[in-house]
Amino acid sequence: MNEKQVLILGIGNILWADEGFGVRCVESLNQDYAFPDNVKMVDGGTQGIYLVQHVQEADVLVVFDAIDYGLPPGTLKKIYNEDVPKFMGAKQMSLHQTGFQEVLAMAEFTGNYPADLLLVGCQPVELEDFGGSLRPEVKAQVKPAIDIALAYLAQFGVEPTRQAGQARALSPGQLNLSDYERGRPDEASACRTGDIRVIAGATSAPKGTD
Amino acid sequence: MNTPLNSKLLDSSGRRIVVDPVTRIEGHMRCEVNVDENNIIRNAVSTGTMWRGLEVILKGRDPRDAWAFVERICGVCTGCHALTSVRAVEDALGINIPLNAHLIRHLMDKTLNIHDHVVHFYHLHALDWVNPVNALKADPKATSALQQKVSPTHPMSSPGYFRDVQTRIKKFIESGQLGLFANGYWSNPAYKLPPEADLMAVAHYLEALDMQKEIVKIHTIFGGKNPHPNFMVGGVPCAINLDGTGSSGAPVNMTSLNFVLERIREAEAFIKNVYIPDVIAIATLYKDWLHGGGLAASNVLCYGTHTVVPGDKSTDLLPAGAIINGNWDEVHPVDVRDPNEIQEFVDHSWYQYANGAKGLHPWDGETEAKFELGPNFKGTKTNIKELDESAKYSWIKAPRWKGHAMEVGPLARYIVAYASGKEYVQDQVDRSLSAFNQATGMDLGLKQFLPSTLGRTLARALCSELCVDSMLDDWHQLVNNIKNGDTSTANVEKWDPKTWPKEAKGVGTNEAPRGALGHWIKIKDGKIENYQAVVPTTWNGSPRDSEGNIGAFEASLLNTPMERPDEPVEILRTLHSFDPCLACSTHVMSEDGQELTNVKIR
Repeated sequence: MNEKQVLILGIGNILWADEGFGVRCVESLNQDYAFPDNVKMVDGGTQGIYLVQHVQEADVLVVFDAIDYGLPPGTLKKIYNEDVPKFMGAKQMSLHQTGFQEVLAMAEFTGNYPADLLLVGCQPVELEDFGGSLRPEVKAQVKPAIDIALAYLAQFGVEPTRQAGQARALSPGQLNLSDYERGRPDEASACRTGDIRVIAGATSAPKGTD
Repeated sequence: MNTPLNSKLLDSSGRRIVVDPVTRIEGHMRCEVNVDENNIIRNAVSTGTMWRGLEVILKGRDPRDAWAFVERICGVCTGCHALTSVRAVEDALGINIPLNAHLIRHLMDKTLNIHDHVVHFYHLHALDWVNPVNALKADPKATSALQQKVSPTHPMSSPGYFRDVQTRIKKFIESGQLGLFANGYWSNPAYKLPPEADLMAVAHYLEALDMQKEIVKIHTIFGGKNPHPNFMVGGVPCAINLDGTGSSGAPVNMTSLNFVLERIREAEAFIKNVYIPDVIAIATLYKDWLHGGGLAASNVLCYGTHTVVPGDKSTDLLPAGAIINGNWDEVHPVDVRDPNEIQEFVDHSWYQYANGAKGLHPWDGETEAKFELGPNFKGTKTNIKELDESAKYSWIKAPRWKGHAMEVGPLARYIVAYASGKEYVQDQVDRSLSAFNQATGMDLGLKQFLPSTLGRTLARALCSELCVDSMLDDWHQLVNNIKNGDTSTANVEKWDPKTWPKEAKGVGTNEAPRGALGHWIKIKDGKIENYQAVVPTTWNGSPRDSEGNIGAFEASLLNTPMERPDEPVEILRTLHSFDPCLACSTHVMSEDGQELTNVKIR
């Protein structure tokens, strides 16, 4: 049987507010749907090139991520195939995207590159909130993003079944969205800006904007 | 010429070169150097341009959950942060873990070290030495001959194999896509390998990619998944049932243990037949480039790791210790609890301490930001052209051991272990030096050879060998222990917070791939009261302290000649040898092929 191998990957850092969009998408997908064995879901975090073997194994790759497209905050955008690495590189607002662009290049160099790629990105509202969660506009796009991915996967014959409650967590339970939000230290006891990016030269370069 | 290790001895009169960023994931890093009229580096300033405080997200949370959060702090050291965190909590609460858990954690930790070192060398650091474009000029027959010379037992050595790899490189480069190899400094004379060696190294880049995906499966067996394997306070979160199958809910059975053994053996073959011979071959071909030792020649620190007998640090395969002033005859004991040993200073960091304290032990650590630039900085507050290192200039604090700046990492571990008389390590190091001397016709002593950029890179490879060899011991001990009827993997006597004291404090240490890692925790009423981590890059990347002592990154760059100051190959080569983070690559492009690392000469 030549079933296509499908990888559904969420990337980003859950500790930096809307940067957690991709990881929260796969978390939610995993809670609501069960997939056949040829479909793998991965919380990729900020693992960068350590994700390469997962990408190499995939014939079809769906990536969820927060991406700066210069669109209104909370806007979803779909990017396909060869445009995916370009977008990852062009508008880098976060460090993990540098790593992921490299993952794609490495997979290509080895000759094991997915035939079909979809990037479902969401324009973030807020990144500079260490320990914070998704903003309402971005959180509201998790389900629509999942619907986009499911519609895309249907053309490859991927038909998940709805389920109530996940079979197996992708991430440690301590990090699930509600516990993560509930356990947050209050603002008075813990500074939330965390990252004080004062050296402008250092922040503009990885963002690739100027 | 000895490296000047105090800022008072540095000459900052020459041209200033700014490299920013040097690293990308574990916080930003920027480096400024001054070169003299001969383009030799005479002053170096390393600065962390991003701050993240663990206490900010952990305060008030359940100490048993901390490992899951610290895994997310950094994209690189996930597993080592998690392991160090559970150790800190276990130390605070007086929890001893079962033997099986001890062994399984070792297997996990050593897997992580090997994986990290291999990926670092082949996929992040190699391009500082290897020129893939030059590999196109190689004669595959010459590469085949070289391969058989440097590693006669490695099976993949035919001219046809190397011809295929060459074709693949050609196709990749010619396709003009955003690639791994676009826009490197490939015409820079700092690259010295002959084409056949460059081709061999690129072939091994691909072999290493295959190897790393196999060894990491060990994390999936014991930690449930990869990335982000699971950890647990009190033990390991996996059950053992030797006769069970994977589907019975017991992931550790004889089938999966045999699978682990196969992965260890594959890694062993790769490390011994490919990785170590490659590092020695590259060192041989760069025999005149013995720069980059810096602080390693004087002061090194190791917390000790790979403890054979649980709870007995004297059985560490790589022992704890500190060496100062280059005196290898005396290895000082290190006490991570002593408030007078490890202290963090902020004279040159963008923080201030209450009550004018000078250095603070991590248990008493404070993190109050104070951003101010020195009078001689150039640029504006939001666009700094040049820092003023005489004042505060970094978001990294300056940790010191008894007031001394220390290098940490594989090289530090190896110097401490060698000086402590660890025979396995002495044998590894002596064999490597003798192979180097034999191949080059040189007669270098250990103290000339080891404290160098290449020595740091070699220590990483030797560390991997030590890990894989001792994993075989761990594996056999684990199987024997289970066969003797012990299937315990966790101690849950103190799982319930009701069993905890009202207040407790603990420390967890580890030797992460990048070096000495410590987590210090204070627990109060079952919740985290304070949590401080001092990570390897804080030691190595630290700014100056009250006395002007410079950190390891800064020291390592001094006296290094640059071929072309606007192409900072030498700076990146040495800084990358510390493995400051995962994606510390300068070979990353934006869509239009623009180099994202910004090099400015002033």
